[in-house]
Amino acid sequence: MRRLGSSACVRLFGWGLLLVVLCAKPAPALAQTADPNTLDYHLRARELASGVYVVEGASADFSAANGCNIINTGFIVTGGGVVVINTGPSRRYGEQLRALIARTTNEPISKVVHLNLHPDYFLGNQAFADVPRLATPRTRAGMQREAKGYEDNLYRLCGDWMKGTEYLLPSADAVPGTERIGSHEIETVELRGHTDSDLVLVDRTRGVVFAGGLVFSRRIPTTPHAQLPAWRESLQRIETWPYAAFVPSHGVVGGDRAALALTDRYLAWVDDAFRRAADRGMDMNEVLRMPVPAEFRAWAAFDTEYVRNVANLYPRYEQRALTTRP
Amino acid sequence: MKRRAAMAFLCGAALACGPARAQTDGDPFASMQWPDLKREFFASGSVVFDARVQVQGPAFAEDPMNVPISVSADGLKDIDSITVIVDRNPIRKVLEYFPLASLPRVGFRFKLEQASPVRAAVRTRDGVWHVGGTWVDSAGGGCTAAGETRRDGSWARTLGEVDGRVFPHSVAPGSTEGSSRLRLRVMHPMDTGLVGGIPAFYVNRLSLRDAAGRELMRLNAFEPISENPVFSFDFAGAPKGRLQLVGTDNNGNRISGAIE
Repeated sequence: MRRLGSSACVRLFGWGLLLVVLCAKPAPALAQTADPNTLDYHLRARELASGVYVVEGASADFSAANGCNIINTGFIVTGGGVVVINTGPSRRYGEQLRALIARTTNEPISKVVHLNLHPDYFLGNQAFADVPRLATPRTRAGMQREAKGYEDNLYRLCGDWMKGTEYLLPSADAVPGTERIGSHEIETVELRGHTDSDLVLVDRTRGVVFAGGLVFSRRIPTTPHAQLPAWRESLQRIETWPYAAFVPSHGVVGGDRAALALTDRYLAWVDDAFRRAADRGMDMNEVLRMPVPAEFRAWAAFDTEYVRNVANLYPRYEQRALTTRP
Repeated sequence: MKRRAAMAFLCGAALACGPARAQTDGDPFASMQWPDLKREFFASGSVVFDARVQVQGPAFAEDPMNVPISVSADGLKDIDSITVIVDRNPIRKVLEYFPLASLPRVGFRFKLEQASPVRAAVRTRDGVWHVGGTWVDSAGGGCTAAGETRRDGSWARTLGEVDGRVFPHSVAPGSTEGSSRLRLRVMHPMDTGLVGGIPAFYVNRLSLRDAAGRELMRLNAFEPISENPVFSFDFAGAPKGRLQLVGTDNNGNRISGAIE
C-alpha cells in the first residue's frame, strides 16, 4: 500500500506540469456538458493513444442536469473494426455515442464489450442492436436480474433523457483472454470486488487499460455489489501491470495510474473505519455522522454516495461484530 | 363524483399551504396527517412538541427497506414509554419501547414507503406525550416490496435466531463512564402484509431479563420494522451476568436467546 502510493507519486512527478494542472482542476474543461433543453450529451472523443478514445462523463452523481452521464465510455479503432467499451445510461446516449464513433472513423463496429452489470454500462445498447454485445456470464445473469429495476430507477432520476430507453441485454459471452483485432492486441481479464465480475480491457498494443468499475478517480466509489477484500486484491493485481494509462469508469480521467492507489486508499479506510465502528457498537446513524478524512470528503458525489456506502456495507460489519465474541 | 372529490382535495391542499402550521395543529412539519395521528394514537393525554426528544435519521432514505433511526429522550424523567410513528406509512406505528431499567434511547431500522416525518412520542408518568421528529426524504417503495430472505426463501432456515453483544461503553453523546450498549439482531422476515400473497408476519414482542430475572426492557414491534431487525439499547451501567431475550411473533412462534 505504502509502496504503491509512493510509486504513483514518483510517476506523477515525472509527468510534470501537465498532470499538476490536471490534478489541480478535478473537472477539466475537456468533459462535455449535457444540455437538458436539446437532450444533447455533447459527447466528445479524446484520443488517449493512437486510435484509443475515451468519452468522458461528468464526475458527479446521476442527475437530470448531467443527463445521468457520469460514465467514461471508450472505443478503439483497431484497423479491423471498432471495439466499443460500454454504451452509457440511455438509448439517446447510445445513439449519440454511435454517431460520435461514425464521425471519428469510417470503420464498422466490430463489437461492444460491457465491463460490468451496472446500468450505465449497457442501457445505451439499443443503438448497438446490430452488433455483438459481450459480457461475462456472471455479468449477463446480473443484468438479467437487475435491468428492469435499473430502467425504472434511471427514468425516475433522469427524466426525459431516458425517453425510449428499453434495456437490451448482451448477445454473447465475453471470454477472457488475448486476441488480435486489426493491428491491436486486446486482452480482457475478469476480476471481481466492485461487482461479482469486473472485466478489465487492456489495449496491449497502445498500453491503455480500461479499468471499469474497479477504479474511481476522485469520485466516491459505488458499492451496491461490492466485496471490499476482493476489490482491493484486484486493484493490487492491476497495480503490477506495466501499462501507463488507466481509464476509470467514473471520475476524472487523469490518464495515469494515480487513481488506482487513491481508490485502494479509500477502500482501506472504509474497511478499517467500519470495522472499528461495529466493534464499538455504533449504530448506522452514528456511522453516518462519523468524521471522514478531508481528502475523501473533497471527492465528487461525496454527499450522496458515502451515505449509500454506509447503507450497503455497514450491515455486514455490524453482523460480524454481533456474531463474534470480543 | 370523482372530479368533485379531487377538487375538494385540491382546495384542502391550497388552504394548508397558507397558514400550514395552524391548519396542522402547530405541527413543526406541517403534516396534514398530524391532527389524525394525534387523535388516533395520543388521545390519552396532552401532547407537546419537545426538543428533548431527539430523533436522528438520514436526510434521504438510500435504502427505503432499512432506514436507520435513533431516538433519545435523555432530558426527560419518569418515562413510561416511547412510541415511534411514521405519518405517511401505510402502517404508521413502528414500535413501542418501555425502558424499564434502560436509558430512554433506542436505535432500529424500518421500512419507509414514502417521504415522511418520523416521530417519537415519549409518554411521561404524568400522562403527557412529548413529541420530537425528523424528516426523511425518499424515492419510495419500502413497505410494498418483499425482503431479501423472503425472495430467496432463506428466512425459514434462520427464523427466530438471536445474536447479541454488550458493548462496554455506549458511544451515544452524553454517555457517562460505565455505561453500556446492547445491540441485538433477531432473524425474521418481518413481512408487512402489503406484498401480494404474503400475509403479515412479524416479531411483535421482545423482553429482556438479567441473570436475576429482572426485566430490563420491553418492546412491542410492528410490521414496518426492517427484515432481520437490529436494535440498540443503552444502559447507564453494565447489565449483570447472562441476559435472556424472549419474545413472540404474530403467528405465535417463540423467540428466545441468551446474550453472554
